[in-house]
Amino acid sequence: MNKTMKYKLRKKTLLCKSFLLVSIFIFSSCSTDETQTVANFTELVMQDEFDTDGELDRSIWGYDIGTGENGWGNNELQYYTDRPENVTVQNGVLIISAKEESYEGSNYTSAKILTKGKFEQTYGRFEARIRLPYGQGMWPAFWLLGNDCQSNIWPKCGEIDIMENRGQEPTKISGSLHGPGYSAGDAITKEYTLENDRFDNGFHVFGIEWGPKYINYYVDDVLYNQITPSDVSGNRWPFNHPFYIIINLAVGGSFVGAPDSETNFPQTMLVDYVRVYKNNRLN
Amino acid sequence: MKNIKFMYSKIILLSGLLFVINVGCEREISDEAEFATFSKTGEIFTDAPIGLGTDFYFPFEGSKPTAWTVDESEGYESDASMRFDVPNANDPEGNYAGAIFRVDGSGRNLTEFDALTFWAKASQGVSIGQMGFGTDFGEDKYQVSAPNISLSTNWVKYVIPIPDPSKLFEERGVFWYSTGTLTTGGLGYTFWIDELKYEKLGTIAQPQPAIFNGEENVPEKNFNGSTIDLADRGLTQTFNLASGLNLTVNVAPSYFTFKSSNPRVASVREFGLVDLISEGNATITATLDGVLAKGSMEITSTRGIQSAPIPTRAANNVISIFSDQYTDVPIDFFNAGWEGSTTQTTTIGSDEDAFMSYTQNNYVGIGFENPTIDASAMEYLHLDIYTDDVISGNFEIQIRDRGANGTIDSDFNGFPTEDDKDVRFLITNLPSGEWTQVDIPLTGNLASQKNNLALIVFVGGVPNFVLDNIYFYNEN
Repeated sequence: MNKTMKYKLRKKTLLCKSFLLVSIFIFSSCSTDETQTVANFTELVMQDEFDTDGELDRSIWGYDIGTGENGWGNNELQYYTDRPENVTVQNGVLIISAKEESYEGSNYTSAKILTKGKFEQTYGRFEARIRLPYGQGMWPAFWLLGNDCQSNIWPKCGEIDIMENRGQEPTKISGSLHGPGYSAGDAITKEYTLENDRFDNGFHVFGIEWGPKYINYYVDDVLYNQITPSDVSGNRWPFNHPFYIIINLAVGGSFVGAPDSETNFPQTMLVDYVRVYKNNRLN
Repeated sequence: MKNIKFMYSKIILLSGLLFVINVGCEREISDEAEFATFSKTGEIFTDAPIGLGTDFYFPFEGSKPTAWTVDESEGYESDASMRFDVPNANDPEGNYAGAIFRVDGSGRNLTEFDALTFWAKASQGVSIGQMGFGTDFGEDKYQVSAPNISLSTNWVKYVIPIPDPSKLFEERGVFWYSTGTLTTGGLGYTFWIDELKYEKLGTIAQPQPAIFNGEENVPEKNFNGSTIDLADRGLTQTFNLASGLNLTVNVAPSYFTFKSSNPRVASVREFGLVDLISEGNATITATLDGVLAKGSMEITSTRGIQSAPIPTRAANNVISIFSDQYTDVPIDFFNAGWEGSTTQTTTIGSDEDAFMSYTQNNYVGIGFENPTIDASAMEYLHLDIYTDDVISGNFEIQIRDRGANGTIDSDFNGFPTEDDKDVRFLITNLPSGEWTQVDIPLTGNLASQKNNLALIVFVGGVPNFVLDNIYFYNEN
């Protein structure tokens, strides 16, 4: 090992210092210019910071239990439960865990929480800070569904997917819109890819800002898509009535395919907060 | 070893300048720096070698030394790349291609990167035996090997993750490769590498280190006083890449922090060497960069071994390979490390009374070609074997003469070809817990050709045994 410690070049050091200052100045001026304004609504109307350990706040959240029909319509493989093994709040974070276990005829368990009948809103800004799981067959999602889906059958009631991810694509998420004439495989969707990072390495903010004639999609400080009624090719735009929030971690299903031998279980989806702001530009 | 000089004086000058400036800046930024700041350059080859100095290409022994060139007609989005011509298996200049790229001078500081990346393609779809970094023909302390990277005929980007970048604060072995024609029926091929560099990808995640291939409680029984080498014992690091795929690389023991549950029985030192220092049991576990590795080893350290019978033959009637009684001739290796061999070899006992311990043997060779042994005047090979195991099947000993052509020539089943001859001796009875003296007549095919003895091979019978007093002799 060569350990050379002496400072030799005093003049050079000074020179470099000035270079350094210049480059820092340039850098910071660049980054200021490039910071986007991704959201305008600031009047907070609902928040869950998950600061109380234990069970979820039942005044905000309910659970979907079981396997639904045909794996919640997507051939998903998990059985959703409300057990603490699958959904709990610890250390200020909501933890949804997908486990590989035999349970009620399914090979996997996980959880799906929703604000249906508890918190529903038209327009506004919906955002959550989430660390995603990873691995083939993981399908975490943060999304909104029209509160009239029981009578106004999907996709007519509308669906806004703020974030969906395939566990086998750890650097990508997508934001989508489903409505009449543009649903499932024909949904209006856009993918967002993180540069030099991945969604299972740390927390990222996923959000939309929703007004009467647009929905803006953002990740962290990047506004990456806007969908407007002109994008739905003459189809109906049903996004003008109350929607509720869903957060879930599915295992398998048509969107991602089944887990494989390299998928590690348990996998966890961590949610630091969910915040909803009112569209305060309406009058 | 052949060194190939590569003259790129402009490049060297440029990188020299960069280095000076970089060093100056770094020192001003970090007043607490205790180490000299080594080059943080990530590039190894872009359109030419970058900052490697003059003398940096060192082929592996037996490989074709001219396999590597700079090709100025091929490149990934450029006009130049590194070209590797893997020779045919019968190429007299070497039957495979392999070398290290070692910085001529101080090593690089690679701590801020997380992967070695490159673009590559080949003249045909082919799997490259091994590629990696950390091999410097010194301690090879932080060697990493990515096995069987599959190249296609189109340029594709490949990633070899660094198991723990904090270890690479001064690494000279910035790239190495080794590949032959096992998968191409002996026919040579060409592959190209471009844009070879260290990068901070940020997408190397979810480390899953493993020792002993992730197997728990792997049993290991050895004599008190022996040393167990954990290198090549299934030490791996697995990362999930941006592609969503897992990639596993083989890594040197020095990336791991090993722990013994009972340091009074088994104590782990540098380079993953475990010394058995008293009788008893101990469990070896490990972490890599703070992550617990899958896999563990259950060591049973048994009582020290008694001495073998002391040889009494006159020294002038003996050619000794391994004994404390005679002067040994030069030996190349006591474990040939052949592919598929599971055998571990350690020297145990004291300087005055040493034994050669073999564990988990399936097949292993003792080699002596520099020079070969002329046993024309000898009649027997003697050796003493000790085992605590119960023999199952035959314990076979093969003695090989390599002939006048200078090479050991074998078919796929290990039988001699060309001008090689051997004799094979079967031991069917080997009592446990005591020394057995074995004397093998140099007869049969060796009767008329034993002037270029080169190899002794041990196959099957007992997995764990100890050898002493290995020598050729005559009764005169």
